[in-house]
Amino acid sequence: MSLAHPQEASKNLTETTATKQVPDRNGRFGDFGGRYVPETLTRALDELVVEYDRAIKDPDFHAELNELLHRFVGRPSPLYHAKRLSKQLGGAQIWLKREDLNHTGAHKINNTLGQALLTLRMKKTRVIAETGAGQHGVASATACAHFGLPCVVYMGSEDVRRQKPNVFSMRLMGAEVRPVESGSRTLRDAVNEAMRDWMSSVENTHYIIGSVIGPHPFPMMVRDFQSVIGRECREQCLSAIGRLPDTIVACVGGGSNAAGMFYPFVDDHSVRLIGVEAGGRSSAAGDHASPLSYGSPGVLHGSYSYVMQDEDGQTSDVHSMSAGLDYPGVGPEHSYWKDSKRVEYTSCRDDEALGAFDFLARNEGILTALETCHAVAKATETAKTMSPDQHLVICLSGRGDKDAAELARLRGQAW
Amino acid sequence: MTSIDDLFVRLKAEGKKAFMPFITAADPNLAFTRKVLHKLDQLGCSMAEVGIPYSDPIADGPVIQASYTRALGNKVKLHDIFDQIALEKPNLSMPMVSMVSYAIIHRQGPERFVEDAMTAGFSGAIVPDLLVEESSSLAKICAAKKFNLIQLVTPTTPRERALKIAEQSSGFLYFVSVTGITGERTELPPDLVERVSWLRERTPLPICIGFGISKPEHVKLLAPVSDGLIVGSAIVRLMEQAAVSEQSALLAIEQLVTALLQAAGN
Repeated sequence: MSLAHPQEASKNLTETTATKQVPDRNGRFGDFGGRYVPETLTRALDELVVEYDRAIKDPDFHAELNELLHRFVGRPSPLYHAKRLSKQLGGAQIWLKREDLNHTGAHKINNTLGQALLTLRMKKTRVIAETGAGQHGVASATACAHFGLPCVVYMGSEDVRRQKPNVFSMRLMGAEVRPVESGSRTLRDAVNEAMRDWMSSVENTHYIIGSVIGPHPFPMMVRDFQSVIGRECREQCLSAIGRLPDTIVACVGGGSNAAGMFYPFVDDHSVRLIGVEAGGRSSAAGDHASPLSYGSPGVLHGSYSYVMQDEDGQTSDVHSMSAGLDYPGVGPEHSYWKDSKRVEYTSCRDDEALGAFDFLARNEGILTALETCHAVAKATETAKTMSPDQHLVICLSGRGDKDAAELARLRGQAW
Repeated sequence: MTSIDDLFVRLKAEGKKAFMPFITAADPNLAFTRKVLHKLDQLGCSMAEVGIPYSDPIADGPVIQASYTRALGNKVKLHDIFDQIALEKPNLSMPMVSMVSYAIIHRQGPERFVEDAMTAGFSGAIVPDLLVEESSSLAKICAAKKFNLIQLVTPTTPRERALKIAEQSSGFLYFVSVTGITGERTELPPDLVERVSWLRERTPLPICIGFGISKPEHVKLLAPVSDGLIVGSAIVRLMEQAAVSEQSALLAIEQLVTALLQAAGN
């Protein structure tokens, strides 16, 4: 009989139990994450690691960020008991964590304020960002206007078309929106262009990545800034229902609202966590944007994670009607949670998400972002299988005003 | 010793510098890639760097991006590239290295990638998105198979780190001239010569400079302080014409490369 090598033993352990003590100093969440970027960016990433570490140990940093989150963003966001919706479905009690009520209408502002503060601490004088649905672009433009930083937002030209209201908002706040014409002209291409800008501007520019993707330390840092969602939700559940919820559902594109919601609950094994990817038109290749459901581990945009790729490692084209989920990759911590089975990942088709939009609009009077509708659709399905004394929380990550024109177009209605 | 090591020993003895053009494989097709390689070899290029087209090249400027997009638009596969390079290899006297994203290497499996690249006739690989921290397992495989793993140093690399990268690199060290992406520049950074000279005194590895080099005057300035020069976008820009006329693209490449070779003193 031979004893397992200690490293192998610990590896076996991580395959069955997810821990909050990730990533390691190399940015690894189990096997996932790391840093796969050109050497040019290394110094800036190392600086960011150092400055972030200093900031989170600095009470003044927390005080300033918390004050902004409270008085500028309007946190804590409410945990709302959707009684009519719950009754309609006849299953679990449904609670909505109302990130859509934040200033700028989504969770994205939690991260951009944190990173804008870091930009100032690093004495950088310019900000760049990528955006898909435009919510991160708006949140970056907002944070930059607040702090007086110039801001350039890269956005695929297809997304510029389908998220016009957000493009206009960004420009109103003084940001420059640069449409990206390469590739599929969506979020993935916007990330490529922002990275290329950063390659040349890295000495004076900070790149505010909007999701839990990219090279270390971005996946960890964005998760931490977004974890305010899950921390508040945990406390609100304890006070409103006297215990933790049974199930939490969030949508996953890059995965920042889900990471922020799930992370504080990782050790609470009684809480079932469900991440919902964009199922698009069908499960056929090219018809969806569900790397955790249908992809395989690979390298994209600076980290190792599940990705939609062909047999050569070329990134595949993906589809989702929602610009924010129309992305072939996903944050490395989600890959870690998937492989350790801590989070269940599933996908929801365009038409199911559209149905959920109407259902929530008519039963609760809430217009929800198309991205978030994917979570709503799976949550209503799941709630029906649960009993009325159980509790399910949906991370209501964004509001749907931005999607009105696109919805009209999808339905062939006048706008 | 790989054929790249041999090349630099020979060049040093002759008092010459390496001149290394970069071309994209399969732009617009692999038959043309073979013709260009043949031409570059005939003109006396020391080595060729062959770019494996990748869907998301974040270190590349618009010229090489567009070239990769054209190549991938024709649905070219990695093993088509390897097969055609292998057919051309016996006609070439210069060694070849591949420029390839780690996304592609990972997908093949590093061991299989190195084996297949060697079978195709490549002597080494430049992996622009593999940092020295992440490179040790690939470096081990390369060392065991006598395949060069050429790493990159940039203007933002601190000096101590540059020495560490030089230690982990083999064949030669790729010194990136500018903080930025690939593409022609009119001006190169004023401290480039000083930075390269500093490093060159501290490593036995040959140092070749690339990114932004497009003109004979760049080559004249940098040849004396380095062991070789790499020119990419200026050549790839000319490959675009091949879709219209291969003849005129080849002629334009010949004219540019001849002028650059002269400037390098070869």
